[in-house]
Amino acid sequence: MVGNATEADDDVLLRVHDLVVEIPTRHGTLRPVDRVGFTVRRGEILGVVGESGAGKSITGAAIIGLLDRPAHISGGSVTLAGTRIDGLSERELQRVRGARIGTVFQDPSTSLDPLKTIGDQLAETALAHLPITRREARERALQALVDVGIPAAAERLDAWPHQFSGGMRQRVVIALALIAEPELIIADEPTTALDVSVQAQVLTLLRRLCTDRGVGVMLVTHDMGVVAETTDRVAVLYAGRVAEIGPTRQVLTDAAHPYTRGLMGSTPDTSPDRDIGDRLVQIPGAMPGLTAVPAGCAFHPRCPSAMSICAMREPPVTVLGDTAVRCWLHEDL
Amino acid sequence: MSLDTDPIGPPDRMPDPAPGRLSRAWQSDIAWSFRHSPVAIVAALVFLTLVIAALAAPLIAPHTPFDPATLNLMDGFTPPMGEGLGSGSLYWLGTDDQGRDVFSTILYGMRLSLLIGLAAVGFAAVLGVSLGLVAGYAGGWVDALIMRIADIQLTFPSILVALLIFGVARGLLPPESREQMAVWVLILSIGLSEWVQFARTVRSSAMVEANKDYVQAARLVGRRPMAILFRHLLPNVMGPVLVIGTIYLALAIITEATLSFLGVGAPPTSPSLGTLINIGQDYLFSGEWWILLFPSLTLLALALSVNLLGDWLRDVLNPKLR
Amino acid sequence: MSHAADTTADKTADDTLSVTGQASARGDTDDVLVEVRGLTRRFDVSSAWLNRVVRREGKRILTAVDGVEFDVKRGETYALVGESGSGKSTIAKMVVGLLEPSAGHVCIDGTDPAGAERAAMRALRRRIQMIFQDPYASLNPRWRVADIVGEPIRMFDLARGEAVGKRVGALLEQVGLSVGDATKYPHEFSGGQRQRIGIARALASEPELIVCDEPTSALDVSVQAQVLNLMRDLQRDLGLTYLFITHDLSVVRYMADTIGVLYLGRLVESAPREALFTRPAHPYTRMLLDAAPRLDGFGRVHATDGGEVPDPIDPPSGCHYHPRCPVATQRCEREYPPRRQVGGSEVACFEAERIRQY
Repeated sequence: MVGNATEADDDVLLRVHDLVVEIPTRHGTLRPVDRVGFTVRRGEILGVVGESGAGKSITGAAIIGLLDRPAHISGGSVTLAGTRIDGLSERELQRVRGARIGTVFQDPSTSLDPLKTIGDQLAETALAHLPITRREARERALQALVDVGIPAAAERLDAWPHQFSGGMRQRVVIALALIAEPELIIADEPTTALDVSVQAQVLTLLRRLCTDRGVGVMLVTHDMGVVAETTDRVAVLYAGRVAEIGPTRQVLTDAAHPYTRGLMGSTPDTSPDRDIGDRLVQIPGAMPGLTAVPAGCAFHPRCPSAMSICAMREPPVTVLGDTAVRCWLHEDL
Repeated sequence: MSLDTDPIGPPDRMPDPAPGRLSRAWQSDIAWSFRHSPVAIVAALVFLTLVIAALAAPLIAPHTPFDPATLNLMDGFTPPMGEGLGSGSLYWLGTDDQGRDVFSTILYGMRLSLLIGLAAVGFAAVLGVSLGLVAGYAGGWVDALIMRIADIQLTFPSILVALLIFGVARGLLPPESREQMAVWVLILSIGLSEWVQFARTVRSSAMVEANKDYVQAARLVGRRPMAILFRHLLPNVMGPVLVIGTIYLALAIITEATLSFLGVGAPPTSPSLGTLINIGQDYLFSGEWWILLFPSLTLLALALSVNLLGDWLRDVLNPKLR
Repeated sequence: MSHAADTTADKTADDTLSVTGQASARGDTDDVLVEVRGLTRRFDVSSAWLNRVVRREGKRILTAVDGVEFDVKRGETYALVGESGSGKSTIAKMVVGLLEPSAGHVCIDGTDPAGAERAAMRALRRRIQMIFQDPYASLNPRWRVADIVGEPIRMFDLARGEAVGKRVGALLEQVGLSVGDATKYPHEFSGGQRQRIGIARALASEPELIVCDEPTSALDVSVQAQVLNLMRDLQRDLGLTYLFITHDLSVVRYMADTIGVLYLGRLVESAPREALFTRPAHPYTRMLLDAAPRLDGFGRVHATDGGEVPDPIDPPSGCHYHPRCPVATQRCEREYPPRRQVGGSEVACFEAERIRQY
């Protein structure tokens, strides 16, 4: 499912096309990612949103080649600025990671090496991927800390990760992700473990740095509020498939897919204009586990607008202006 | 109802799989893993065979080697598959210096070894698990006290500990009952030398579990601490105990054999495998090799099969408990 | 220096007491179920004695909860909101009796659990129950659901023998599960279903007050909606009172009648829902509301204060929030502000009027 593939192609940084990830188990072959497709343009933030089990983290892992065996990519393609990166050898992938794709994970305490100073980690990463001297690397490290808003950056260069608070650590992780000047950042729930006041700061920082430098961001999250405030476009994942993808404002205010509508309705919100009413919208049931994905449209058992065809065949992609959706309701039958 | 994902772990989360994966699939995973592990199958078969043979000793042993009335001194030193010079009976594995049938003595000896081994491990497990639970849940000075005792005990090799306890017990007992009590003293001494590992493992599991909300919930409805320990915590800390149990069973058997070999274990009237090895080593270089070899091989098979089963069990249980 | 601050705090604590006294004597006929006064909890987080001697360190005391006071009226939902280090979970445990306060007390319907004897304590336990945050750690994985939900019934002697099973079945249905689920083990259920089992267990003793410690934080949004709706329905049907602990302001907006905002162990603002969300008085509350992501906040710029919650072991002097506060004065650095009425809220801030123009 490609979505909007008609725009200028040199603007497209990451193109994921019909990606399939399979895990062979003794219960059969599971498909946590089932023909997922989307694009990320330079300087744009794409939100990949879904609940747990939707496959969003695995998609991110597959893109940078960090799938845990026996999970593997069994179909589709991942293209970064024109070159295919799925199927690369581990050595080539290591060059891609860091230099071309930076990563920001959820837990800052496991992303940073506790036995190295912040300055060393930054400088080493820069040295590994850029043709610069040691001195230049150290200067870049200092500049990186300043860019992400660490106060007293010069002294903090020689500090250890445990001496930083959670929010500061995540800023350092962002600095680390950006220091080798990648083209793309994959951020997997970067603020979920942080307090909400820090979350706002970190997301604002990420947004500013990336749009300023023309870096594309794939932001994986489960929080619709984060999607609304931080992303330009959003892909909604359900049971390993893309249910809907399009510009954030459009998808959130006028969702085409019933699942997206349900998600929006069930999210409590602090917006003063929002009229909550007496009950939150409730989608019955829960996301199916990988061993029990329903036939046809995976959402149909929970869908208020399900038709008989929804149980039989998976809906094709329908393009509605800037948005693309997989739903029989929008397909001319 | 929606099942959580595959036993391997929910593939969606990158850093860590969701906790609490003890599922019935886990049980059948063990069965599946067992069927596909040749080492485990062979080890289990060997162990079962030896155990059944030992249990059935009174039924299948061709001779009763500990009844002096049935012994024929002229049958002594008969080689394997040879006929006794005195009685003319066929001895499958030969006889020792006193005319005792090696095969029968092995069967009865194994019986004793297994009995002592299982009882000692059982005792160590009960003691260690209880102390570990108390230490892990209570914390504070109780924990510190129990752990210091454990640490002190660990500085002594288990054989020495067993010897010490054995010696003390023998000193305390009147000479007539020494032989009858020998088995009990052996069980006590080996068990006391082995409880520490159980206690430590259970203590760390107990500490983890005690912080979980279901324990708080139990406290909220007024459960007494003892009930919490044994009804709530115990089922959740038993996992590693099984693994340790099998490995320590092998150790207990060997410790008992060592003690008997040193002459401070099983009495000569009801010898265990260790005693037989002791007897056999005297004759090794004078040509009667079978008196040493067969008991040793049996001991080896017993300890090795138990050990391999324990290893397999540990490997099977471990990755799931990520 | 710290001694001076302590005496100031003591003085203002007395003032606070009288302010609160006035507030509840305002002529409300509402029945107060939970009364919390001067609640304080300190933890000794010093290194081991030998280490301290060697390094010549003093003891380190963490004041997790510092003089918190609030009332929960019968039948309402009182929400305690705070980020990490706010002490909200510690307060929850003290209200429920799992933790002893270092100072102050919690009065449930007139009874103080700290001084009560066994029988009174048991009766009290029955009336207060708790719902926990982690659906994977709040149910004993080796027990069947029937035993988990039946435990309170048996412990409080509410039924015997077969009647227990019937009650368990009824409870399961009440929370949206089925009677047949009683024979299953927790791992056979999803996170949302486990939370429902936890709710059923909390309901088993027929309590009046349920303390909910982040009950939906670990759940997906669509499942959270189901559980929150369920909780509201149960409150309406059974006349329950909730003390709802959370960090999520949007959930609070949906669930709570009155809200207390905690910062580093102190209650900085307490207000009815409408007042808190439309006219927040304390600078921290304002910052929190601004920082919460909104579903219609496309490209919104946050008025970030560029700070983080400091280490609770060594909190700032005076008003804890002063290093991050846009309207802080010298006085805020020295003195701890007393609670007072500003607009619709009770707020602990010297500059609450000024922040409104901000």
